Amino acid sequence: MAIPTVMGTEIEYGIIVKNDPDFDPISSCVLLVNAYREDPEGRILWDYDQENPLADARGFQVDGEKYTPNQQENIARNKTLINGARYYVDHAHPEYSSPEVTNARDLVIHEKAGERIVEVSRREANVLLPEGATMLLHKNNSDQKGNSYGCHENYLMDRRTSFKRIVESLLPFFATRQIYCGSGKVGSENRNQPCDFQISQRADFFETEVALDTMVKRPIINTRDEPHADREKYRRLHMIVGDSNMSEYTIYLRNGVTAIILSMIEDGAIDRDLSLINPVRAIKEVSHDPSLSREMQLDNGKRMTAIEIQNEFLDMALTYAAKNPLDAVSVDVLDKWQHVMQRLADNPMDLAREIDWVAKKHILDGFIERKGLEWDDARVKMLDLQYHDTRPDKGLYYMLERQGRVERICSDEEINAAAHRPPDDTRAYFRGECLRRYPGEVFGVNWDSISFAVGEEPVRRIMMNEPLKGSRAYVEELLDKSESASELLANMG
Amino acid sequence: MARFITKSGSRDQSQDSGAIWMAASSEQKQKSKGGEDNSSDESSEGGQKMAKKGEELKEDMDSLMEEIDSVLEENAEEFVKNYVQRGGE
Repeated sequence: MAIPTVMGTEIEYGIIVKNDPDFDPISSCVLLVNAYREDPEGRILWDYDQENPLADARGFQVDGEKYTPNQQENIARNKTLINGARYYVDHAHPEYSSPEVTNARDLVIHEKAGERIVEVSRREANVLLPEGATMLLHKNNSDQKGNSYGCHENYLMDRRTSFKRIVESLLPFFATRQIYCGSGKVGSENRNQPCDFQISQRADFFETEVALDTMVKRPIINTRDEPHADREKYRRLHMIVGDSNMSEYTIYLRNGVTAIILSMIEDGAIDRDLSLINPVRAIKEVSHDPSLSREMQLDNGKRMTAIEIQNEFLDMALTYAAKNPLDAVSVDVLDKWQHVMQRLADNPMDLAREIDWVAKKHILDGFIERKGLEWDDARVKMLDLQYHDTRPDKGLYYMLERQGRVERICSDEEINAAAHRPPDDTRAYFRGECLRRYPGEVFGVNWDSISFAVGEEPVRRIMMNEPLKGSRAYVEELLDKSESASELLANMG
Repeated sequence: MARFITKSGSRDQSQDSGAIWMAASSEQKQKSKGGEDNSSDESSEGGQKMAKKGEELKEDMDSLMEEIDSVLEENAEEFVKNYVQRGGE
């Protein structure tokens, strides 16, 4: 029996300051993240003691130095928010890590709340910039010049599921999932075949099948084994293969379909061998073929298109759903996946309301035709970037949304509420509520712990090894009867 | 919330250009399944509808392009050239 779904995303944004000759991305990120103010607000450390990014899921520990900033730098670079998210500076990018959620709909709401939080802080940061300078942020994954930054999906999995089986099942899935998850990109990068337009922002950057790295020689399957939960029971699949999406519908499918596939892997329901001869080549070939007609060679000698491979997964999922009752969101995800697969087979360009790469290509095709431009024109590349602009009045995706040209999954009210309220049904509730209720007494936070400094007493760390505990149902009563953190600690015994 | 394509290709919404095109094509399919004795009238009527839909599609694209012209960043060339990010993750 598959374990319940727990997931989240980490989104790195592109950052630039226009008209600032001294632009430095790291100090701009620090300015941005610190420009976001919450009420109440504490000075809270990110608890690096709980991190181990060098553990490999294949069963070994990689040599290397673990990053641990000093206290001042730690506070300057990390914000843990009352909605349970982490908003921070990661290398040279601002990053928003959503709180843990249990379904794809909540994931959409919280990832979208992240876009708004980033935009609010961008506006605040702009006030502090020199006259004429403007900070801009893009929820994309590449600068069109060979530099990439990520959209990482995290899924809790049963530790008993063999990692080898996960890898075998996921390689063909991830090589082809982009046909409904890609955000689209003008041109190619990283010494790949030139092209006008491709489906994925990220595909050009994958160079190996399985590895621990995320910054060089990027793997389709990342092996970081840092569960942020009970290591005996769980693993956290840390997937770096996806694009940052703007479309709610695309985000919904990206995380929703993947979560279903992972449950199927846990239950042994992926029973067809779809192994590709060369998944690294395939992920790029699929991306470079918006007609979706290219066939790839499978290990078993057959040749299949990306649509045919995804239809095999869909078919297995429908069989799985017939035998295992799914939750309401998963049922809806499955319906929408089916709808999209049918459309992709009929005419992919009919999905401009649903799928990012199609929406972007629809705009670019029209623009190029009207203006008589070539694909390598700077204005075309500009529109590609601007699709991901976080400004509601300038971002092309938001323009489409405003004009009712895209399908929504959730409402603006839900998104706005999620910027200030954690999900009810995971430990993010306890994290966020402690920050809201006891801001002066929370000392440090990590995904699986929260520590309190009360008066002169030693810092006390509460472990949260079970991602589904610490939910509203578990802890609301306890929090309600605890006026302060010291009462909370006393009541916890 | 779920939106299915039925076997005939119809769809429960008609906002965007794609859907307009689909609605037009599904009407076409339904028409062609109808009476065979006046099929030439049907197809010319269908042809007019297609032309009308085509017109709507064009108008829709015109209004989209107008919007895009109004938001497109000025100095695109310079912006694109200066848009350099460090690798992340």
